[in-house]
Amino acid sequence: MSDRLDFRDAIARHATLTVNWVSRLSGRGSGTVLGGTVGMKLSPRLFATLARDRSIILVTGTNGKTTTTAMAATGWGGVVTTNATGSNMPAGHVAALASDWSPHVVLEVDEAWMPEVLETTRARVVVLLNLSRDQLDRANEVRQMADRWRQAFEGSSRHTYTVVANANDPMVVYAAQLARDVRWCDVPTQWISDASSCPVCTESIHFDETGWSCNCGFERPKNVTTRLNDHLSIDGIDVELHLSLPGDFNRSNAAMALSALRQLGVDPSGAAERMSKIESVAGRFSVRRWNGHHIRLLLAKNPAGFAAMLSTLDRDASDVWVAINARIADGKDPSWLYDVPFEQLLGHRVFCFGDRRLDLATRLDYAGVDYVVVDDESELEECGEPVALLANYTAFSDWLARTR
Amino acid sequence: MTTICVIFPQLLGTYGDAGNGLVLHQRARRRGFETTLVSVEPGDELPDAAIYLLGGGEDGPQRLAADLLRESSLSRRVRDGARVFAVCAGLQILGQTFCIEGNDEYAGLGLIDATTKRGVTRSVGEIMTESQGQRLVGFENHGGQTDLGVGVDSMGRVLVGRGNDGAVDGYHVARIWATYAHGPVLAMNPWLADLILEDLLGSKLEPLSSAADLLYDERCRALAS
Ligand SMILES: [Zn+2]
Repeated sequence: MSDRLDFRDAIARHATLTVNWVSRLSGRGSGTVLGGTVGMKLSPRLFATLARDRSIILVTGTNGKTTTTAMAATGWGGVVTTNATGSNMPAGHVAALASDWSPHVVLEVDEAWMPEVLETTRARVVVLLNLSRDQLDRANEVRQMADRWRQAFEGSSRHTYTVVANANDPMVVYAAQLARDVRWCDVPTQWISDASSCPVCTESIHFDETGWSCNCGFERPKNVTTRLNDHLSIDGIDVELHLSLPGDFNRSNAAMALSALRQLGVDPSGAAERMSKIESVAGRFSVRRWNGHHIRLLLAKNPAGFAAMLSTLDRDASDVWVAINARIADGKDPSWLYDVPFEQLLGHRVFCFGDRRLDLATRLDYAGVDYVVVDDESELEECGEPVALLANYTAFSDWLARTR
Repeated sequence: MTTICVIFPQLLGTYGDAGNGLVLHQRARRRGFETTLVSVEPGDELPDAAIYLLGGGEDGPQRLAADLLRESSLSRRVRDGARVFAVCAGLQILGQTFCIEGNDEYAGLGLIDATTKRGVTRSVGEIMTESQGQRLVGFENHGGQTDLGVGVDSMGRVLVGRGNDGAVDGYHVARIWATYAHGPVLAMNPWLADLILEDLLGSKLEPLSSAADLLYDERCRALAS
């Protein structure tokens, strides 16, 4: 297939692969971003060219992007091109697309880049998982992001595509409701407090068991095609879903990934079977060893992510570890700790790690939760059972690097 | 029983700001004072409270909160003796006017002679101010430039960050305190929480040592370097 590239694009693709290869050899990370950047410099149209004539699913949203992307790729079966963790902007997409010629592609996309990536790649399906507060010091306020998506779907596009959207998140519904082809998914969605004020009129949205609505008429879409409660149904097809990954949020992610695959003709039951074998995604949910400890690594980057992960914790386990940083990739403002329902940890003892362990300890103190600030890690007592470690972005990377 | 009321946490709670109510409540209770922590949502009448807390919010919710509060009993209650602690958007709402959503000007509550225009750039980052030997540390994220009227004291002189105008931050007039340091600023500055509590409870408070003291020292050191 590479004969479809003209000379300039072929050189640019080759440069992308070479730079990534050298950068991996020299140990400077996976290099996906650097190679992609070089490739796009050499040929600005490289991204579009590499994406041409391939069936592409884009996955975006505040939480669950990486897991849902892995679910869609695994569920599709066979060779699927997908981007590496943390490389969810065009340079990472270019690196992924340059690496092989599989006609099946699933790309995780940063929320802010979604409109541009959709147009450039002419993706067939866009999955909108959820939209909540994350890294507000970068001023990507929730409403602004919803507006940006809405404008992208409202405008005319060069190609046709399907939006697979979470009907239980009012911000997502606001963003997607003007798109020409939308498949609404009724999937469990815990975090709605960023949408308590209506995106249309700013009045309060009313939530109940049957859905949500606002006095202005904005309400949960009625024409839902994917439903997940005790069991999953997609376009009227009942699907058995038994995941190895924990939590309702992962069931929601799987349902949306299956819904996306269904739009491309993939049989949901076979895809669900393949998905059920996933035990960890880029280290998330895996049990690893460190200094004689067994640690289950859980990534939680923001209040919605924390709420989801807290709900998976074993009520009987006393000790929980939490690691918080506030570096650039995390957002430099840890104020969000006060939006996390840490009160749910009453009865547990929480060990505080990370650069901002004192911010965490203070938050836990005011929640009335028992805590230990870990300044000297060598003094930690070993315990027999695996302990859950909830960590935000760079803290998670640190722990992934130090554990085996 | 002393009631602490967080106003519209759904509209004005973007940065974990409701944490300030929790901090006051917990620090009072740990000294043996009986307090209750409540919140009020749009559409509900303001409960009778000793102090009201206002947080930060995005443009639309801020405008709605200002509209609702102008028609509420808040101004009367403050004139009758209630206290207010406000951060970020809350700081702007208590003033005469504020500008959001482009340069449209909206009426505030007029409880404080302060006006907010749209700043040239957005101010995002850590902030540290100094007032009578006390440091206030926190994080700001706003697009406002606030001018204080004659006789309105600021909360402090800016050492790091921007605050109202690059020189001073917030204001303190009689029973009203406000700062651009958003979110759980009272968690990070236990001395300020206690200063407000002493005024609220009308009594001198015993020292209370907690993780917050260590956090405060660490942030002061981090911001001084
Ligand atoms: Zn509405």
